[in-house]
Amino acid sequence: MRNKFMALVTVCMLLLVCAAGASAETLTIGLKGEPTSLDPHFHNVNANNEQAIYVFDKLIRQDSRQNLMPGLAVSWIPVSDNVWEFELRKGVTFHDGSPFTAEDVKFTIERIPTVPNSPSSFTGMVSAIKKIEIVDPHTIRFHTEGPAPLLPRNMATFNVVSKKYGKGASTADFNSGKAAIGTGPYKLVEWKRGDHITYKRNDNYWGVKQPWETIIAKPITNDGTRVAALKSGDVDIINFVPPADVAHLSKDSKLTLSKSPSTRLIYLHLDSDRNDTPMVTDNNGKKIKNPMKDVRVRKAISKAINRKAIAARIMDGLAVPAAQMLPEGYEGTSKTLKPEAYDPKGAKALLAEAGYPDGFKITIHGPNDRYVNDGDIAQAVAQMLTKVGIKTEVNTMPKSVYFGKASALEFSLMLVGWATDTGEHSNCLGALLHTYDKDKGFGSANRGRYSNPKVDKLLEQALVTVDPARHNALLVEAVETGMNDIGIVPIHYQVNVWAMKKGLDYNGRTDGYTLPREVSETK
Amino acid sequence: MLAFLIRRISQSAVVLLVMSLLVFVGVFYIGNPIDILIAPDATPAEYARAVHELGLDKPLWEQYTIFLKGALHGDFGNSFVYNEPALKVILDRLPATLELAFTAMFIAVIFGIPLGMVAGMKANNWIGRNIMRFSILGFSLPTFWVGLMLIIIFSVQLNWLPSGGRGETVMLLGIPVSFLTLSGLAHLILPATNLALFKTSLAIRLTRAGVQENMQMDYVKFARAKGLSETRVIGLHVMKNIMIPVITVLGMEFGSLIAFAVVTETIFAWPGMGKLVIDSIGVLDRPIIVAYLLITVTMFIIINLVVDILYSILDPRVRLGQER
Repeated sequence: MRNKFMALVTVCMLLLVCAAGASAETLTIGLKGEPTSLDPHFHNVNANNEQAIYVFDKLIRQDSRQNLMPGLAVSWIPVSDNVWEFELRKGVTFHDGSPFTAEDVKFTIERIPTVPNSPSSFTGMVSAIKKIEIVDPHTIRFHTEGPAPLLPRNMATFNVVSKKYGKGASTADFNSGKAAIGTGPYKLVEWKRGDHITYKRNDNYWGVKQPWETIIAKPITNDGTRVAALKSGDVDIINFVPPADVAHLSKDSKLTLSKSPSTRLIYLHLDSDRNDTPMVTDNNGKKIKNPMKDVRVRKAISKAINRKAIAARIMDGLAVPAAQMLPEGYEGTSKTLKPEAYDPKGAKALLAEAGYPDGFKITIHGPNDRYVNDGDIAQAVAQMLTKVGIKTEVNTMPKSVYFGKASALEFSLMLVGWATDTGEHSNCLGALLHTYDKDKGFGSANRGRYSNPKVDKLLEQALVTVDPARHNALLVEAVETGMNDIGIVPIHYQVNVWAMKKGLDYNGRTDGYTLPREVSETK
Repeated sequence: MLAFLIRRISQSAVVLLVMSLLVFVGVFYIGNPIDILIAPDATPAEYARAVHELGLDKPLWEQYTIFLKGALHGDFGNSFVYNEPALKVILDRLPATLELAFTAMFIAVIFGIPLGMVAGMKANNWIGRNIMRFSILGFSLPTFWVGLMLIIIFSVQLNWLPSGGRGETVMLLGIPVSFLTLSGLAHLILPATNLALFKTSLAIRLTRAGVQENMQMDYVKFARAKGLSETRVIGLHVMKNIMIPVITVLGMEFGSLIAFAVVTETIFAWPGMGKLVIDSIGVLDRPIIVAYLLITVTMFIIINLVVDILYSILDPRVRLGQER
């Protein structure tokens, strides 16, 4: 018995040695989220979009700071107000060797709105296109209803599939690998759901040669387990390192950390529309007119929040106080807006000026399993508001319960997050600050129903202005107008952290994706 | 026997129906899965399209009728999240969970019963007392903590075993199993031990109690008086008598082992169905939740039935048809 046990232990150790020996060519990634499908158009969600980049390519790709870079398209120009012309890359082949042409692009754009049972599609990204004109196999024109300055941004969100394999293919065909034939840097080998996805390098890739021969992506959703998997050497790199573990991991001499600010904004949405809002009463519990319709009250709430303390204490330094909806450097960001300074006295004075010298009572709602430390942030905000006289109760709930209620306008003050995947401001302006308009598709996440005609007008103007400088100026003005009117109360941008074993380096991305091409060996 | 089976099966059908209705209505009232699944910047038109595609715009009773019709044909609907038949998604994960549960049960039986017998016979010396101390620990330490400790000790510190995931699998009778490969076995040891700890303690206690009780019985005295060897007295006569409660309890526990391996599966990133259902509850993937619970209930029903039948084999006094 004893001998057998020792034999087993020896075998296990040998296995580990073998695994370590092969690792120069193999990169094993521990991921927080598992894709729900490998069909790149089935579910528009981060975990899926991330894995799709391994196998497929986009016409336009985003670099690690979400600037647009040539992908399968080498150039894109507006030939007139309503027509964009894209020149496609020549000599690109799919994994099976068949050439990539404009037909595949046309097929992809036509496929997107037709994927059955898609719980979240890319339809909005292609809805501006009214007609697709193939000029020659490597030139394609998109005719749009009106001017569409955002078309290149939208083209940078979805991946191009092969017409040959995509035609008639179901989501299951992509999952099994049958239809997952892309132009991307890696070929899909197998997907064992819940356990791992294996990729092999595409040696005929048109882009820079990939540093890794084999990629094994393992979904490890439990934070503690993911960290343990890295420490034990089972994986080489992990994403979304929990803030609480960052301190001890950075002391570990066998590991390296990489941090990058993200576009994930954590903010408060406040009901600034209804006269009668459900979660507000006076200090005696009697219904009162919604105080948050008054910009001075909204300003007071913003001033009452100590963003630096939240970033330092609750987020362990892994957050950057926010003044607007995207960090500086992105299209449409204002250079003049600065994070509101912590000023409880000023907040009290504003409340008194607005007619609430003794404050009022409110409940803040938030999810407790969606964003980093979301429940704790809601707690902290509530304490800070209570300190200036707004007696705040906290109610946090699982995301599965929370978002439905928040969208049904059951709350008055809520903690939410927003990640601007397109990397420019019109996306968040349109969804968060534009007046809710079901028909035009604006304000889809405007759960406070903030409404400011000036913001609406500026944004709508920007959306039909193709000239980049003018477009940007309009966005900046819209952002400044909305933020100075406290349409939302920004708190901070999350900082993404990757941890990897010594000898590797990761060029952290603002979109949070873990891409093999950004992992390099340092030596 | 036949009447017994028919009655059991019809009772089970009612249980399944009521359960499916409860879960269906419950999930419906928690919220709309589209609110979680859809990209937050989706337009209202896109939202409406997604709701319609998944059939969530129909009234609840109609959704339930559609589900019932499908279920009678073995179709539990497509998962909202994976867009594949719910039953297929679950059955893909079932072998991993079964393998883990069987291994854990195996560990619990081969360690628990002998240790329990020793503890029962030597209740007052140090061996017996230490075994009982171990079983108290096994009972009272929370599974997730023990799991993390096992990972920290055996994976992170000693680097002997992998910290999670399932190893290489090979096909055995068309089912992927991992215990036949070395990497599979290495991956299996920690989670199975973690899951087995509580059951081992349970087996120890049950066996010990049974042994202590039976050792006082007349038949043991008689057997000894007859001159039978101690091994035969304990290994055959006592063993046979203590097995009934042990099998009953462990049988029931086996169901819970499969159904509630969730914690262990999550900590060890084991690709089983417990982890699947947790993920599905998080996004309100109703077809998976309902199908999973129906499968679990069916499993409990079958296990109970098997335990009842085993009873009648072990103890000839139990007659299945006569419990009216």
